[in-house]
Amino acid sequence: MCRALRTGSLVNRLIMLSSDALKRIDREIAKYPPEHRQSAVIAALAIAQDEHAWLSTETMDFVAHYLGMPPIAVYEVATFYEMFDTEPTGKYKLTICTNLPCALSSAAQAAAHLKQKLGIDFGETTADGLFTLKEGECFGACGDAPVVLVNNKRMCSWMKPEQLDGLIAELSAEAKR
Amino acid sequence: MNAPSEFLDYGPDALILAGLNGRNWGLGDYIARGGYEALKKILAEKVAPANVIAEVKKSGLRGRGGAGFPTGLKWSFMPQQYSGDKYLVCNSDEGEPGTFKDRDILRYNPHILIEGMAIAAYAMGCKRGYNYVHGEIWDTYERCEEALEEAYQAGLLGDNILGSGFSFHLYNCHGYGAYICGEETALLESLEGKKGMPRFKPPFPASVGMYGKPTTINNTETFAAVPWIIRKGGEAFLNLGRPNNGGTKIFSVTGDVERPGNFEVKLGLPFASLLDMAGGMRGGHKLKACIPGGSSMPVLPADIMMATDMDYDSIAKAGSMLGSGAVIIMDETRCMVRSLLRLSYFYFEESCGQCTPCREGTGWLWRVVNRIEHGQGRNEDLDLLISVSDNIAGRTICALGDAAALPVKSFIKHFRDEFQYHIDHKQCLVPAYV
Ligand SMILES: Cc1cc2nc3c(=O)[nH]c(=O)nc-3n(C[C@H](O)[C@H](O)[C@H](O)COP(=O)(O)O)c2cc1C
Ligand code: FES
Repeated sequence: MCRALRTGSLVNRLIMLSSDALKRIDREIAKYPPEHRQSAVIAALAIAQDEHAWLSTETMDFVAHYLGMPPIAVYEVATFYEMFDTEPTGKYKLTICTNLPCALSSAAQAAAHLKQKLGIDFGETTADGLFTLKEGECFGACGDAPVVLVNNKRMCSWMKPEQLDGLIAELSAEAKR
Repeated sequence: MNAPSEFLDYGPDALILAGLNGRNWGLGDYIARGGYEALKKILAEKVAPANVIAEVKKSGLRGRGGAGFPTGLKWSFMPQQYSGDKYLVCNSDEGEPGTFKDRDILRYNPHILIEGMAIAAYAMGCKRGYNYVHGEIWDTYERCEEALEEAYQAGLLGDNILGSGFSFHLYNCHGYGAYICGEETALLESLEGKKGMPRFKPPFPASVGMYGKPTTINNTETFAAVPWIIRKGGEAFLNLGRPNNGGTKIFSVTGDVERPGNFEVKLGLPFASLLDMAGGMRGGHKLKACIPGGSSMPVLPADIMMATDMDYDSIAKAGSMLGSGAVIIMDETRCMVRSLLRLSYFYFEESCGQCTPCREGTGWLWRVVNRIEHGQGRNEDLDLLISVSDNIAGRTICALGDAAALPVKSFIKHFRDEFQYHIDHKQCLVPAYV
């Protein structure tokens, strides 16, 4: 932590991201007036998380350095927004919305099915490190309930137990390849 | 984009969502539907910005994001003579439980938003705009990026649009999972790369907004209504609905209906007709309760709801609010205690923690409802819930406090016997609820 707090220290300057990721971050920075690089921090952290699966202190420090922000300001953002993971997760993070509108269309059963199938509760990761299960709040997709997000980006709609089994099988097979 | 059985019949009166099939979202299709005519018209005729605002005022368009504030009036608050940067922001951070209408606009008709924002930028003299998209709908965000690229390529955005001398640069950006960022000043903080903590108002964004500059923020659906208003006139829009409740509104219907989905209808449609459009009650069950405007609004029992029309003033008269237009339907098998418990947990989770009444109060509400649900309720708990709610509402920087308090008070007001039964008998009156 101490080391990380020293802006400009060596670790901040190590390139933590691929050139492709940096190109994408530059594109985000260009959306804002040049004196407001900080505006791109959510996008930059999302890109960094896609590359590293989660946000380590080193990764956040790099983003801070890249955007010219104090590291603490980046940690604040990373811990405020639910979709960031500041701790390692399973290879596949499954987030299911259980809010009332979804619950009225069997999201609670879907969540129970996932827990039972994976043998874990919300906030836990399977022993093989493949799956992390998270409880989500409204995705703005309530008409498609139950809805599951895979690693934040892929939305799966109308996930009844049968479709959930299919998804788990698909991801498990993908992990083996 | 996954679409196993997407339901795209938005109803016969749709304007914003008219003629969409899920595939015809591109620029060419939008132009074939009459798209960008309104923007071209005001640019070609060099319509005075004040006249654009006057037309929007005449239309009776009210904000579709939750508060229902008159849009034309909001636009007129922007300082016209101000010579520095002014910003335009679209609130596409749709996160109010039950609401999924902006997503359909964004993914199936993204150019209508771009055109609406360009017209708004022209009217208020904004050179830059941002469309802040909810983080969870990633493929929709990518769709917005594609549409934006098309618009720039066609010269409909950028410098000197269509040779008119008017310039407007629009960008998409996204949140990453924080309900509070739907609140407009939290959204501005987020756009500036910070935690989404609401700002104290006043000053309002029209004076001090993004980067401290004059800023107007509207909901996606609000902007999307603008091209039609400019093309057909404010009066025509107003006449579609009712006085003070102009135009059409998209309602997102969820819960115990046969066909959950979005329906765009003329404001003032009887609730019963909307229920019919959604296929009626699921499995022939009976309507018990409805939250007519998203989870932050008061719940209403069936008899009141069935006698209500779907517009801002009628729903307010019935004791709730139109809010974001999310209509959550519950049948007789649903336990009101359990339903409220899930909502209370949500507000507890999403409180940003800045104001003490909200930070402490939302957790307190959740814990009390939780013990009632689990057979440990005490006799004084219902009065306690009301008292805690009263001490949150109106005492916070933003309206999340009220959003947490209003449902609690309305659930107890209309379904007190169910809560009392839980306390007295340590079990549920409607045990069938799954
Ligand atoms: C807690 C909270 C959440 C909100 N969420 C949203 C939202 O997701 N989308 C939205 O458009 N407005 C939301 N609002 C309302 C906005 O603050 C603002 O009133 C609205 O974007 C203004 O646009 P309009 O006038 O076009 O409705 C929210 C307000 C609060 C207090
Ligand atoms: S309540 Fe689940 S997506 Fe909206």
